[in-house]
Amino acid sequence: MLDDFFMRALVAGVGLAITAGPLGCFVVWRRMAYFGDTMAHSALLGVALSLLMDFNLLLSVFIVAAAISMLLLVLQKRGTLSTDALLGILSHATLAIGLVLVSFMTWVRIDLVGFLFGDILAVSRADVDLVWGGGILVTFAIVWMWRPLIASTVNPELAEAEGLQPERARLAFMLLMALVIAIAMKIVGILLITSLLIIPAATARRFSTSPEIMAVLASVIGALAVVGGLFGSLKFDTPSGPSIVVAALGLFVLSLLTKQRTGGADHSAASQGGRA
Amino acid sequence: MLQTPTKTVQPLVSLAGVGVRRQGRWLVRGVEFSIAPGEIVTLIGPNGSGKSTTAKAAIGVLKADEGTVERKAGLKVGYVPQKLAVDWTMPLTVDRLMTLTSPLKGAEIDAALEATGIRHLARAEVQHLSGGEFQRALLARAIARKPDLLVLDEPVQGVDFSGEIALYDLIKTIRNTTGCGILLISHDLHVVMAETDTVICLNGHVCCRGTPEIVSQSPEYLKLFGARAGQTLAFYNHNHDHTHLPDGRVQHADGSITDDCRPDDGHHVEILPTGGKAGPMRIVHTHGPNCGCDHDHSAAPVGSKGERRDA
Repeated sequence: MLDDFFMRALVAGVGLAITAGPLGCFVVWRRMAYFGDTMAHSALLGVALSLLMDFNLLLSVFIVAAAISMLLLVLQKRGTLSTDALLGILSHATLAIGLVLVSFMTWVRIDLVGFLFGDILAVSRADVDLVWGGGILVTFAIVWMWRPLIASTVNPELAEAEGLQPERARLAFMLLMALVIAIAMKIVGILLITSLLIIPAATARRFSTSPEIMAVLASVIGALAVVGGLFGSLKFDTPSGPSIVVAALGLFVLSLLTKQRTGGADHSAASQGGRA
Repeated sequence: MLQTPTKTVQPLVSLAGVGVRRQGRWLVRGVEFSIAPGEIVTLIGPNGSGKSTTAKAAIGVLKADEGTVERKAGLKVGYVPQKLAVDWTMPLTVDRLMTLTSPLKGAEIDAALEATGIRHLARAEVQHLSGGEFQRALLARAIARKPDLLVLDEPVQGVDFSGEIALYDLIKTIRNTTGCGILLISHDLHVVMAETDTVICLNGHVCCRGTPEIVSQSPEYLKLFGARAGQTLAFYNHNHDHTHLPDGRVQHADGSITDDCRPDDGHHVEILPTGGKAGPMRIVHTHGPNCGCDHDHSAAPVGSKGERRDA
């Protein structure tokens, strides 16, 4: 079954979408969309360093993305600039440094477009194993840490007071993000990873009555977007990564047209809910 | 009516000389108190006086930079924070909120919702609750896990007067039925819950402490607040021996001015609680020219600006 490149792409894409669903919900709940984007952009620096030092690509991307998230924590604690500005600096600085480093390395030929936008149709059997292996690991970790993760998302001090160690949950969350970014890079590319995290979660919100339902629904919607996007790309001969994102967006727009079930469209609550 | 905790009972939490510092500034210093099972301690003080900081230090959310905080081993805390905003992107019903930090049986959830009077809202999303309903939901969540120590940071905020009385009645009932200790933070400087065993007035340090004055028999009081409130609320008489100056320094009763105020700085005299004098509704006040409370001190030499931190 996995001999066919299209089947491999489907299996890998669906595996990634299932993994990204719950994680994407946390990105939305914690208002960390731009944070996820910054980590994803830093992946290109990881790619460049991996080539420069002849080091494993996946590990290199994971380490750089994790290091950037830790660096952000340190800078946030010093409190001289807003998180927003810090993210803007780190995001584009790491992307730019990555591009500059790559241009220095005239001896390597790399497919920059493949890294930026993904090349899901080129995934190998090993990549499929990696996506599913990594995905199962990430999903298990999230299920295992579910209560502390949810509680510290609602209120870290409450979680701390009642013995749930929110700092540990936060650290684990960032490492899981770095891992998913490393895995997802090849499939949807650095520039589109966050869309696969956020759009299915945002779509799922309208149909969910609990965090758990939203996490599962986000996985399902993401998987639908992957299948729809890949078939669309086959039919219309469009690039596969962007096609998946367009399919996800299509589902999101469809969800806006459906009648709200939970009454969550009360956006006055959104302004009250603001939390950095 | 008042429960005086005996010294033989091991306190749930005890603070000795606790101070918390942020960016080189002491938010609060020299805090001493303990909470025994069944005891209600109320922290009062102006905004920014370190009430929440003190409570957080007591339950370990903040680390004390000086002094010691001792908690009973395995202490189970139920916490209602002062601010809690649930992002609207998270679908969270009242039912689901109950099991936020620990799993509970359905019957335990129902009992807590019943006790706080919001059982009909079990399936409502928390983002759609009114301020008072949300406070009740948070309180229900905190008591549902049957804590040893209940920490309530301004639990009656956003609740109207009759709702406030009802919530205080509920807190009293919780204490009486479960025997848990309660640390209550109140935004009101003069009116506290009648069941309070110890009132601690904070303003960067412990300004004074004592027991609330039971005035429920006072006719004027009953006329003003109603008989039910008379059972629930009580006045607290401040007994300050120093004044907070606008620049943050402290003027002591003996006229000396120091940068901060600590129990052991030699400027303090022993203060005895005024006790339960049931008198007229007027707030009996023993203070210097300007004790820093928010009363009118037009004759005070420091002037109204001196009251800025306390008002």
